[in-house]
Amino acid sequence: MSEFPARANVVVIGAGIVGSCLVGHLARLGWTDLVLLDKGPLPNPGGSTGHASNFIFPVDHNKEMALLGEQSADQYRDLGLSVDSGGIEVARTEERMHELTRRMTSAKAWGIEAHLLTPAEVKDLVPFVNEDVILGGFHSPTVSVVDSLETGTRMRREAVDKAGCQVFASTEVQDILTVEGEGGVTRVSAVVTDKGTVQAEHVVIACGVWSNRIANMAGATIPLVPTVHQMADVGPIDILAETNNEIGYPIVRDMDTFCYERQSAGSMEVGSYGHRPILHHPDEIPSNEEAALSPTEMPFTPDDFDEQMEQAIELMDMLGDAEIKYAINGLLSLTPDGMPCLGETIEVRNLWSAAAVWVKEGPGMAQVVAEWMTYGYPRVIDAHGADIARFYDAERGDDHIWARAEESFNKTYGIVHPQEQWENRRNLEVGPYFARQEDLGAVFFQARTWERPQWFGSNADLVERYGIEERPVEWDNRWWSPITVGEHLNLRENCGLVDLSAFQVYELEGPGAVAYADHLAVNRIDVPVGRSVYTPWLTPDGGFHSDLTMMRMAEDRVRIVTGVFDGGRDEFWVRRHMPTDGSVAFSNITRQTTTLGLWGPNAPAVLAQLTDQDLSQDGSPYGSIIPAGLACGGREISAALFRISYVGDTGWEIYTDWDNGPVLWDALMAVGADLGIRPTGGGVYGTSGRLEKGYRLMGAELESEYNPLEAGLARPKVKAADFMGREAYLAARDRGDPEVRMCTLTVEDLTDGQGRRRFMQGGNEPILTLDGDRIVDSHGRASLVTSAGFGPSVGRYLLMSYLPLELAHPGTDLQVMYMNELYPVKVASTGAVFDPDDTRMKA
Amino acid sequence: MRILVCVKRVPAPGSRINITSDGQAVDAAHLGFTTSPHEECAVEEAVRIVEEHGGEVTVLTLGPAAAEEQLRYAASVGAHHFVLIPITDVDWDPQRTAAALGSAIAGLEATDGPFDLILFGNESADSGGFQVGVRVAHALGRPIVNGIKGIDLADGTASARREIDGGFEVYEVPMPAVLGVKEGINLPRYPTMKGRLASKKAEVATVTSDAPAGGQARVRLHRPVEQVSETVILGTGPEAASAVVDLLEELGVLS
Repeated sequence: MSEFPARANVVVIGAGIVGSCLVGHLARLGWTDLVLLDKGPLPNPGGSTGHASNFIFPVDHNKEMALLGEQSADQYRDLGLSVDSGGIEVARTEERMHELTRRMTSAKAWGIEAHLLTPAEVKDLVPFVNEDVILGGFHSPTVSVVDSLETGTRMRREAVDKAGCQVFASTEVQDILTVEGEGGVTRVSAVVTDKGTVQAEHVVIACGVWSNRIANMAGATIPLVPTVHQMADVGPIDILAETNNEIGYPIVRDMDTFCYERQSAGSMEVGSYGHRPILHHPDEIPSNEEAALSPTEMPFTPDDFDEQMEQAIELMDMLGDAEIKYAINGLLSLTPDGMPCLGETIEVRNLWSAAAVWVKEGPGMAQVVAEWMTYGYPRVIDAHGADIARFYDAERGDDHIWARAEESFNKTYGIVHPQEQWENRRNLEVGPYFARQEDLGAVFFQARTWERPQWFGSNADLVERYGIEERPVEWDNRWWSPITVGEHLNLRENCGLVDLSAFQVYELEGPGAVAYADHLAVNRIDVPVGRSVYTPWLTPDGGFHSDLTMMRMAEDRVRIVTGVFDGGRDEFWVRRHMPTDGSVAFSNITRQTTTLGLWGPNAPAVLAQLTDQDLSQDGSPYGSIIPAGLACGGREISAALFRISYVGDTGWEIYTDWDNGPVLWDALMAVGADLGIRPTGGGVYGTSGRLEKGYRLMGAELESEYNPLEAGLARPKVKAADFMGREAYLAARDRGDPEVRMCTLTVEDLTDGQGRRRFMQGGNEPILTLDGDRIVDSHGRASLVTSAGFGPSVGRYLLMSYLPLELAHPGTDLQVMYMNELYPVKVASTGAVFDPDDTRMKA
Repeated sequence: MRILVCVKRVPAPGSRINITSDGQAVDAAHLGFTTSPHEECAVEEAVRIVEEHGGEVTVLTLGPAAAEEQLRYAASVGAHHFVLIPITDVDWDPQRTAAALGSAIAGLEATDGPFDLILFGNESADSGGFQVGVRVAHALGRPIVNGIKGIDLADGTASARREIDGGFEVYEVPMPAVLGVKEGINLPRYPTMKGRLASKKAEVATVTSDAPAGGQARVRLHRPVEQVSETVILGTGPEAASAVVDLLEELGVLS
C-alpha cells in the first residue's frame, strides 16, 4: 500500500457500491489525483452494499428512479456482473391488481417489457407459489440480480488503472476541515483520518448510513437516517438447490405483505419492508471490530419478523420447513422524501453528497454525481428530485428525518398515490391566512414544508351551482375534489383569491445585482425599474435548471420569485454562482413577504375598492409592478401590484409585508363578497387554470433534459449579455427547429373497458401512436404525460407532453395509456387551449 | 427419557468487546444476545437423543427476563419445556447460580420425576467459570464428566467421550448423570420458520430463587491490551516467492 498522501484533488469517502463506482466514473471523465477511503476492509467494508439483496426491479413510477435504475442495471450488465432472473410482483388484493395495471403503464412509459399474469401463470414460472392466495402478478423479465461487491472492485480497479486512484481501506475519517474563503464562502479543505490528513479540493461523502455523521463533521447536513430492513436467509431447499444456480427462479415480491422472496443458490432470502419502522442514530451503529457480523448487519429482532414469516409461508409453503440460517436487521438509508441525496452540499463548497443510494441505482447515481462535478450539472438525467439542495432547513433535522422515515418505511412496497399527502410533520410553514383558511374548511396540500390550500370546503355550494360530478373510480377521486372545478368556474365568472404565501422570494442587491441576475437568466433582466421578466435559468448544457420570475425592483435590486418545490435548489443555485467580490448581496425575504393572487373578470372591480390607483392596462399594464396603498382594516398598507396571471384571467399578484397579510385577506374578501369572490385553492392555480393556458411547470414540463425551444419558451432574439448555458442555447437555436415541442392534448374519450370515466393523474403516462407504439426521440426521450387535469372552461380533459415536431400540430390523433388501457387523444395546441390570445388577461 | 439442559443468555460480540463504564458487564448496547455456544450444542444433543430414544427435553436458564428469548430459541429447535429463574442483577456468581439451579432442578424433579440426564455447556461464553455444572452435580449427588464431545445411551448408562490428543477418553456413567458438553459434539440445527412461529406459543414457567450470594465477587472486568498483529506484505505475484522462501528459512521451517 502506498504512503498516505498529503494532497489530492478528490477524496471520496466510502468504498461501497456508490463510492467505488464514483471513482470509476470520475476516472472515465478524465479526473486524476483521486483518493478513495473506507474505514472497513475491502472488498466488503461493512456498509449496506455488503448485505444487499442485489436485485433490480426496473419498473418504478418515479422517472429519476426508473431511468437511473435502468441505467445502473445496464452498467452491471456491461461488466458482465448481472443475470436477468426476472421478477414477479404478486397481488393479494383487488387494490393491488389495480396498482399492477399502473405498473404496466409505467413499464410502457420506460419501454420495459412487462406482462400481467394470472395466478396459474405465476405458478408456471414459480412452481412453489401458492396460487390460491394471489389474484395475479406483474412479470418483469428484465429484473436482474447483480454482483455489487465485484462491481465495486472492478470500478475501483478501473480508477486505479486509468487515473492512479489511491485506495485506503481500514482508514477512519476523524474530521473534515473547511476554510472560509473570499466572499465568506466556506470551502472544504482537508480530510483528517487515522492514517493522516489529506488536503483536498473536492470531497465526496458516499458513506451510506453514516453520511450525515460524516457531513456534520464539516458543518454540512445529508438528511438521511439508518433504517432497518429485516432479512432472513432460509434453507436448504431442494427445488432451489437443484437449479445449481445463484438464481434460477424469478424473484417474487409479495407486494401486499411488503415482502420479497429471492433465491440465493439453495436458499431463499426473505426480506421485509412490512415490520415496524426501526431507526438508528449513526452513533448506535457498531464499528467493524465491535460488530458480530458487519456494522450494518445489526442483531436480528425476531419478534418484528414473525408476521412476515407467516405470510411468507402462506405464499410458499416450503419455507416453513426451511431453516433460518442467517437473519439480520440490515441497515439502509432513508430520507425524508424517499429520494437520494446527490450533489454539492449547500453548506460547504466542493463537499459533495452521493448518499441514500441503494445498490439498484448505485452505478447510475455515481455517474450523476461524477457528471455534476465535471459539467456543473448531470447529463445522464435531470436529477432535480435527488438534488440535496431541495431540502429546506426544516427538513434537515433529525426530528423531521426520523418522522418521515417512520411514515415512509412501510410505503416501500405501498400503493402510493401521486398526490398522496404526509400525515406527520404538517403545518411546518403556514401562510398568514392559515387560521382563516382552516375556518373555511381548506384542505391543505403540503409542498415540501409549506401548507397550501388545495380547495376550500366552504365552496361546496359551487359543486351544485355548476353541476359537477364526482369521479366514478375512487383512485381518480382520491386527493381530488369537484370543488376545485367549482372554484375554477367561479374564478372565470367572478373572481378568486389565491394564497401564494409559499412563493419563495429572494432579493439580489448591490452594484452587481442586475449584471448577476442577467448572468443567471436567459431573458434580459436589465429592464426598466418596475418591470418583471419571466425567464428560464439554464444548466451549462442549456437545459432548464429553473423557471421563474425576476423583477427589477430598483436600480440595484432584483427580486426573484420561485415556486416552493424549487426554492431550495434555486436559492442554492443563486448562492453557488454569486460573485465573491461583494458586489451582490443575497437575502431571502420569503417570511417577510406574502402574496395573494386576485384573478377573474371582477378582480379589477374588487381591487379598485381598496385603492385609487389606476388599475387599467395603462396604469397597471400586464407584466408591470406598481406600488400601491391599499385600504385595509381602517388603515392603508403598502403593497406591490404585479399584473400577471398563471390562471388565465386578469388580475394581480399582490405583494405586501407578511404581517399585513390577514388584513389584506379580510379586506379583499369583504369588498369582493358582492362580486363573487371565493377563496380558491391550488387545484385551480396549479392545475386547471394553468393547464388551460398551457403554462409549463418546473419539474413537470421543464427539466434539464429539455431546452427553451422545445418547451416553446424561446424568445425571438437572444440577449447580448452572457448568461449560464448561453453557448449551448445558441447552439440549439443554430440547429434550427427543435426535435420535440411541448403540446397540450385533449382526451377524446375517457371511458374505460368497464364503461367508467377515468382521469389520468399526470404521472408519466406514455403517449402512444395509434398502433400503440411508444414515441421516442433520437435522444431516447419518450413522450410522457407531464401534467394532467380537467379544463372546466374548455370542457376537456387536458394532458401535456413533449411530442416530436411531426406530431406536434393540432389535430394529430394519438393515444394515452392509463392503468394499462388506451384512450384516444388529440393534439390541441402548442400554446393555450383557453383564450389563446390572452385577451382576458390583458382586459 | 427426561433430559434437562441448562443454558445461559450471553452477548453476541464482535472481535472487539466493550465493557460498561462500571466495569461490571460486557457493553451489549449494540449487540444481540445468544445462547452460549456449548449450550446450544447441548440443546441440540438433547433433542437428538429424544428423537432417537423418545422422551422430552426441558431447558432451564437463570438470567434476566429477556433470557426468555433463549428459551424460545430452544423451543424453536425442538425442546419441550422451559423454565426461567429470573434475576435482576447483572450476573450471579457461580455458587449462587449453582444453588439456584440445583434447587430449581430439585423442585422440577419433585413434581415430575428425576431427569435421566442433565446437560451443561462446558463453560459459559461470557464469564467462563467452568464450575456451575460441577457444583450442581455435586449438590444433586450425581456423577459429572466435563469436556464431552460424544454421548451414547444404553441400559441406564451414559457413555461419554472426551477428546484428548490423538483420541478419546470414554467414560461410562450411570444415569441419572450430569455431562458438560463442548462445541463440536454436533452441528446444531437452525430453527425452521415453523419452529420459530411455534416457539412463540411455548409456555415458560418461572421459578424464583432466594439463593444467597456465594463467596466469589466480581470486582471489575477489564479488557486486555489489544494484541496488534503486524502484517508485512512480502510482494505480489511470482516475484514474491523468494521473499517467502527467505522468511520460511528464517523461521526455521525450511532448512
